[in-house]
Amino acid sequence: MDWINSIVQGVLLGGLYAMIAAGLSLIFGVMRLVNIAHGDLIILAAYLGLTVATALGLYPLVALLIIVPVMAAIGYVLQRVVLNNTLSDDILPPLLVTFGLSVIIQNALLEIYSADPQKMDAGALGTASANIGGISVGLLPLLMFATAVVVIAGLQFVFYRTALGRAFRAVSDNQDVAQLMGLNKRHVYGLAMALSLAVVAIAGIFLGMRTSFDPSIGGGRLIFGFEAVIIGGLGNLWGTLIGGVILGVAQNIGAQINPGWQVLAGHVVFLVILAFRPRGLFPRMTG
Amino acid sequence: MGDFELSVARLEAHYGDFQALFGIDFNVSKGEVIAIIGSNGAGKSTLMRSISGLMTNGASQVVFQGEPIGDLRADEVAARGIALVPEGRQLFPSLSVEENLIIGGQIGRTGYWSLQRVYELFPILQERRHQPSTSLSGGQQQMVAIGRALMANPELLLLDEVSLGLAPVVIKSIYEALPRIVEGGMSAVIVEQDISKALSVSTRFYCLQEGRVSLEGKSGSQTREEISRAYFGV
Repeated sequence: MDWINSIVQGVLLGGLYAMIAAGLSLIFGVMRLVNIAHGDLIILAAYLGLTVATALGLYPLVALLIIVPVMAAIGYVLQRVVLNNTLSDDILPPLLVTFGLSVIIQNALLEIYSADPQKMDAGALGTASANIGGISVGLLPLLMFATAVVVIAGLQFVFYRTALGRAFRAVSDNQDVAQLMGLNKRHVYGLAMALSLAVVAIAGIFLGMRTSFDPSIGGGRLIFGFEAVIIGGLGNLWGTLIGGVILGVAQNIGAQINPGWQVLAGHVVFLVILAFRPRGLFPRMTG
Repeated sequence: MGDFELSVARLEAHYGDFQALFGIDFNVSKGEVIAIIGSNGAGKSTLMRSISGLMTNGASQVVFQGEPIGDLRADEVAARGIALVPEGRQLFPSLSVEENLIIGGQIGRTGYWSLQRVYELFPILQERRHQPSTSLSGGQQQMVAIGRALMANPELLLLDEVSLGLAPVVIKSIYEALPRIVEGGMSAVIVEQDISKALSVSTRFYCLQEGRVSLEGKSGSQTREEISRAYFGV
């Protein structure tokens, strides 16, 4: 029963990883930008959520109503003012700039909030659980997983059913011709980053409700996000969800064997999949 | 000068150290169909890129409807009513046939052309509308590329090498659509390597050679020898 339990918990944890990964995947898909600061932006969202929730006395999930638009706005401005200038055929400049951004965010958070771990008060939801077939499932992880599914479905809808998604795909296919269609790629990229950081905001709040966080942990979340994207296959959003689930399950099974193996087990599974399926389990993107 | 729909004046264009255009002067009146002929590397596509804003130049080097547009980005030029059918078709592979057409119209210019009118012009596209654009034949892809440009309801349509790589019978059917396209008063510039095709559909022509206008005039007024001298430079 312990094993089944850790698999179920792993699946639910995978939802969080999938949300982290979806934002990364979106940005890479649209503009070939690898956002090294993605993990730190998640922690930034968690701190913003903490501040807003504490200052206004809001429940953390209600604070999402404020944090999501704020993070989206930050994303748009960041893209238009900084990141657009780094984009060219060379993928190195955006890598370096977002790495610098990562350092800046970490240090700013350290300066403002100190290195003490913080946690958002999830209230009754944080400890509530349901007994499903003898397995105790926390309602918060369950809600987190359900949210991840909704977020992925939402992104899938935006990408394949809306004018915005058409613009994303067109710019990703061919920047010049997209520009001929009247699409200002700088604006489209701004919107993509806004959408990515809106998802980051959701991931950040859930992360902050689920575990304690401090300014330095963003990098670790970034790795999990990358691994989920790669396991699932680049450019495939549902694959990303499965990638997150595989990673979460691997980590929990590792922890079940030996508590010290949690993170290691995730990385090992990632490496094994990479070795046998270098393009991930469900690759969509070519070239 | 103000009477011309499009006027290009002393246009120079560079790719790094390489100069592709050396002071091109070129005009299009409203409703005119102009042919641009010239061999490979004469600067025809560079001229199209400069007009459409994919390459930016001095503002007054390209004037459209009396306004300098030479320094505008391609999306700003497109919003003013110039649409380019790029060389090699360049459809969006991630988009279906219909999505390719819709994205051409998302610029929001209204007019005669709509999805329905494009399907009337090229009925085969309606049958194939949900297919990936890359699954079509070359000729059908070219129809999508033309339809995509028409969806923007442009006042000036630039067609860059629409016959390249297509079978003669397909080229014929595409050019047969041209009179219907321009009958509403749209101006068109056609870049074409096939001289006789270009001259048969246009009112005037310009011949480019090594980045300069080597000959211009009314289509059909020149002898074969004059044109081939301007074309090949011998």
